[in-house]
Formats: sequence, C-alpha cells, structure tokens
Amino acid sequence: MTNVISLAVIVGILTSAIRLATPYLFAAIGEAFAQTSGVVNLGVDGIMLVGAYAAFFVTLHTGNVWLGVLAAMIVGLLMGLLMSLISVTLKAEQGISGIGLYMFGLGLSSLLFKVTIGTVKTVTGFQPINIPLLSDIPAIGEIFFRQSLPVYAAFLLVPVAWWFLDKTTWGLRIKAVGQSPAAADSLGVSVDRVRYFSVCLGSVLAGLAGASLSIALVNLFQENLTAGQGFIAVALVYFGGWKPVGIMGGALLFSTVNAFQLWMQVLGVKIPSDVAVMLPYLLTIVALAVTVARVRQPAALNKPFERGES
Amino acid sequence: MQSDTTVNHSRLLRRINLNWMDIALQVALPVGAVLAALLIGAVMLVLLKANPLKAYATMITGVFGSVSGFTQSLVKATPLLLVGLGICIAFRASVINIGGEGQIILGAVIGTWFALTFRTWPGWLLLPLTLIVGFIAGAVWGFVPGILKARLAVNEILSTVMMNAIAQQFMNLMIRGPLIDPAGITAGTYLAQSERLPAQVWLPRLVPQTLLHAGAIIAVVLAIAVYIFLWRTTIGYRIRAVGLNPDASRYAGIPVPFYQALSLTLAGGFAGLAGVIEVIGVQHRLLDGISGGYGFTGIVAALFGGLHPLGLIPASWLFGSLLVGADMMQRAVQVPSALISTLLGLVVLFVIGSNLLSRRWAVRRMVAAAKAEEVKP
Repeated sequence: MTNVISLAVIVGILTSAIRLATPYLFAAIGEAFAQTSGVVNLGVDGIMLVGAYAAFFVTLHTGNVWLGVLAAMIVGLLMGLLMSLISVTLKAEQGISGIGLYMFGLGLSSLLFKVTIGTVKTVTGFQPINIPLLSDIPAIGEIFFRQSLPVYAAFLLVPVAWWFLDKTTWGLRIKAVGQSPAAADSLGVSVDRVRYFSVCLGSVLAGLAGASLSIALVNLFQENLTAGQGFIAVALVYFGGWKPVGIMGGALLFSTVNAFQLWMQVLGVKIPSDVAVMLPYLLTIVALAVTVARVRQPAALNKPFERGES
Repeated sequence: MQSDTTVNHSRLLRRINLNWMDIALQVALPVGAVLAALLIGAVMLVLLKANPLKAYATMITGVFGSVSGFTQSLVKATPLLLVGLGICIAFRASVINIGGEGQIILGAVIGTWFALTFRTWPGWLLLPLTLIVGFIAGAVWGFVPGILKARLAVNEILSTVMMNAIAQQFMNLMIRGPLIDPAGITAGTYLAQSERLPAQVWLPRLVPQTLLHAGAIIAVVLAIAVYIFLWRTTIGYRIRAVGLNPDASRYAGIPVPFYQALSLTLAGGFAGLAGVIEVIGVQHRLLDGISGGYGFTGIVAALFGGLHPLGLIPASWLFGSLLVGADMMQRAVQVPSALISTLLGLVVLFVIGSNLLSRRWAVRRMVAAAKAEEVKP
C-alpha cells in the first residue's frame, strides 16, 4: 500500500482530475446561466449526448476537430431552442420538460450512432499542448500545463462566466429575471427573451461538454457515453451555489473522486469496481444533502413567468 | 320558484357539457401529441432511408397480427402500469419520481434473493411474501430521496437519478457475485444472471404458449385500488391537497414534507413491485437489463394517462404496444428501436407543452359560459 501511493501516482491522479473536470465545468456553468435566469434545464445530459455524437461524427468524417466543435455547438443551440420553446414560451413544468429532452437526446444519439457509425470507433481528437516554460515545472507542469485545449478552455470559462454574470448588463438582466421576473418585466426587460438567451447559451455549453468527452477526453462515442454526467452537472450548480468558482470547486471534487477511483482500478487495489463506480453518484447525493439547505437559490427558479400573475 | 329550478337545471347541463368538453380535450391533446411524434418519426424514417408506411404497418401487424404479439403488448404494459401508478401518486403530491429504473432493479434483486433463499417454502406463502418483499425494497429506494426532500429539501429529480445509477451498480455486483447462477460457474460461462427461481413462486400464465401472466391482473386491480386510495381516503386527499397547493395545505395543518416523502415511498414500492413481477412473471430469474427502460417509459404513460390511475390503464397498454411494435420494426425493417425512445421523449415534450393550450381554452370557455349566464336572466 505504501508504494502504491507514490508521488507519481498522486501526480497521475491530479492530472486526470483536471482533465475529467472539463465536461462537468462546461455543462455546469452552462446550467448555471439557465438557472440564474430561473429555468432548471434537466435535459443537460441529453444535450451532452447529441453534442458528443455530432462532434464525433463530424470529426470522424472530416478529420477536423474544429468542425466537430462547431457541430456540437449547433446541435446544442437547437436543443436549447427546443427546451426554451417548451419551458419558456409554452410555460410547461420545467422538470418534466427536461426529462423529455433527456429521453429525446438519449434516444436520438443512440439511434444515429447505430445507423451512421455502428461500432465503437476512435478518432484523433484534441492533442495535449505543452505550455512553454510552465509545463517544465516538476509535477505542477504535468498536472496543469500539459493538457489539451478544451481543458484550458473549460477552466478559462470560470472567470469569464463570473465576469459576464457579475459585471455586464446582460448578466445583471439574467439575475434580475431569475430573482424577480415581474419587476424585470415592469422595467422593460423581456423575461422570455432573457430566458431564451440563457437556456440556449447553457445548451451550447452543454453541447461543448459532450464534445469535450467525445473528441478530447476519450476520443470515441458509444451509447449513453455520458452515463449521467449531465445530471451530476446540474447537481454541481446547487453545490456551487450558482457561482462559477463554487461550481469549479465542486467539479474538481467530483473529478478527483473519479480519477482516484480509476487509478485504484488501474493499480489493482482490491475494491469491487461496481462499488467504486457508485462513489460519484453517492457523493452527489451527499453533496446535495449538505449544501442545498444553506444556499439561497434564484427566487423564481423553476417558475414559469406569466404577465399579470402575482 | 319554477324559473329558479330551470335556471339551475340549465346551469347543471352546462356544467356537464363543460365537463365532457374537458374530457374530450384531455384525450385529444395527448393523442395529438403521439400523432405529432409519429409524424416526426416518419420524417426520421425517410431520412434513415426506410419506408415509414411499411415500418408503421409492421408495428401494427406486429401487435395485432398474432396472439403472441397482442399478449406481448400486455406483458410490456404490466410494468408500465405499475410504475406509472407510483408516478401518478408522486405527481399528485407535486413530486417527480425519475427513480423508477432503480426502484424496479431493487425490487427485482431483493425479490430474487428472497425467493431463492426461502426456496423450500410452499407457493401460497412464498409467492405473496416475495411480492411484498419486492414492494418494500422499491419503497426503501423511494424513501431515501423522499426523506432527503422532506428533511433537507434535496431536489428529488437529481437524487432519484443518482439512486438509479447506484441501483445499477448494486445489481451488477449482486448478479456477478452472491446471486450468480451456480450452473454458470460450473460451466465456466459466468453468465450475468441468477439461478432459475423455484416453480412455486412463478406467477401463473394466463394464455398458454405466451408470456402473459397473472401480474397483468394484479396491476389492473391495483390501478383501481390507487384510484380509490387517491380519491376516497383521507391520506389520498391530503396527498392531492399537498400537490395542488402546498401553502394552503400547510395552513390547514397537513404536514407537507411527510406526505411528499410518503408519496415517493409509495411510488418506489409500486416500481419495486413491477421489478419483482417482471422476475417471477416473465423471466423466472434475474437478468441484466431487467428494468428495460420501464422507469422512463412509465413517466410517459403516466403523463399520457392524465396522471389518473384509470387513465393509465389504456395509456400503459398503448405504450406497451409501441414497445412491442418497435421490436418488430427493428427486426423487419432494420430500424433501431432507439427510434421509439426518441419519439417517447418527443411525446413527453408535446404533452407537457400542450398543457398551456388546454389551460387557456379552459379559461376561455369558463369566461364565455359566465358571460352567457349573465346575459340570460
């Protein structure tokens, strides 16, 4: 046991943890936009799946990862428009709309995978980029500065999202609509338009989260590739208290547990793999139980807005 | 006095008319949603280079063209009805149960374990006890998110999804470990399935040479029981009150969290029952993938049936038929049955999206009726 936990293993676990946080970050920060505007989008996992499929399919056929990224963003946007139409324009119950969207995305990505790809194939995805000088620092360099572009982008998204939500007019509008849609409406802010924008922005990011899995982290696509990561991402938004930095903390906690679990299996430590795979899901429930009660959520979360109602 | 009664009479008539309009609308909207989804499915079939007419014809003949196809649709409707009943109860309390899959698995795994452990017991004792154990196992799996919601305000959608994933791993562990078929070990195949259950615990078959079993009758009886429970008992009334208006219920002294947790526990129990019935009715052993997506399709059936236990009976049969038809289609025209899962997602979106329309129409009709009444006298 003592030689198992060596420096090399710790560096390995942390390197994986940073990598594995990528899809969580994209998806959860996207979901934070939607939720800040008052819409709970539970279809994130479905959007991630079609995004992952689209990115993989396009990359497989063109060999160009950037076209893959573009495809994931486009299908993410389309799914976001569908979710907005149902939950904002038609004011449907958001929880069930999201589950419908999830079922649709799961089914569609499986269907298209079977018809157009058939068997599990791999692509050449984003390659690691060594950042000059920084990547030469022992341990630190390997953990943080030899990752692929989507990983850097995901972490860069954290300050950008914070700045956008806290320091720009659009961000403040999103918050206003999530806190008090009636007040925002009376001041001339179009509640529906802001919610469409937030949900669609979140969905594009969810599409990117899927792409980060299929063309950067694992470089393959299979049915239900995400295995519920989209739902964990939604939970991370609660866990992080609707703040990008908090979400990053949560994402890192989860990805570290995941990385630890994977490395323990690689090293042949005797835990049944089924029990190890349960860990992130158990952790999600515990995290929700510990955090939800003390965090103040957007006041209009999960409430469709209709003029003239309270 | 005379005119009074006629006014009352016409008022009553109008109310009845209104009611029929409501029912017609409640049927028309979900049917329209399914038709719209099938239409989109037809477009997708064309894109997949399959003939949509041929594909849908295969679905219909697959269900109605043979005794085995028809009974199979009832076999698939049984777990949908049971899971859907639980989802109805939860929904009526404003709790969304996405945990059907996990609760089915728990019912199936624990039920299998129980029947195998006490395999020497006579059928009249073992069979009902196995059903009860399956119910309790599912109920426990529903109770956990229920109590977390009641005590700590944990979003039940997220916690039930996580419980599904945990249940799946639990089954993997059991089916490859303690419950693995000893025959598979001696043969060296290590198939992921349990030993065959003793015959006295099997549910009787209703039609010879088919898989249709007594579980279908149990499910229909329970549907009626749930209807009576929700509309004719105090607990049922409180569950619905909590769902309709939690604030008013709180002021009326109803412990809202308790009833939310209770409804989720009951929902889990019904799904667990679906799981154990799937084992002792159809497979006679625990197999990987026993939950078969029923936990999600049950949500679609429940929504389609207007969240009403009796509406659920035809709804679950419809979706049972769709599932059988999808299998037939996959075999006959090589269209993956994932097409049907895609369409089910669309049905959910359409049904829930059309609620606004039905609400607006209801308001409009009420306003019109009120105006007519003002003018008349």
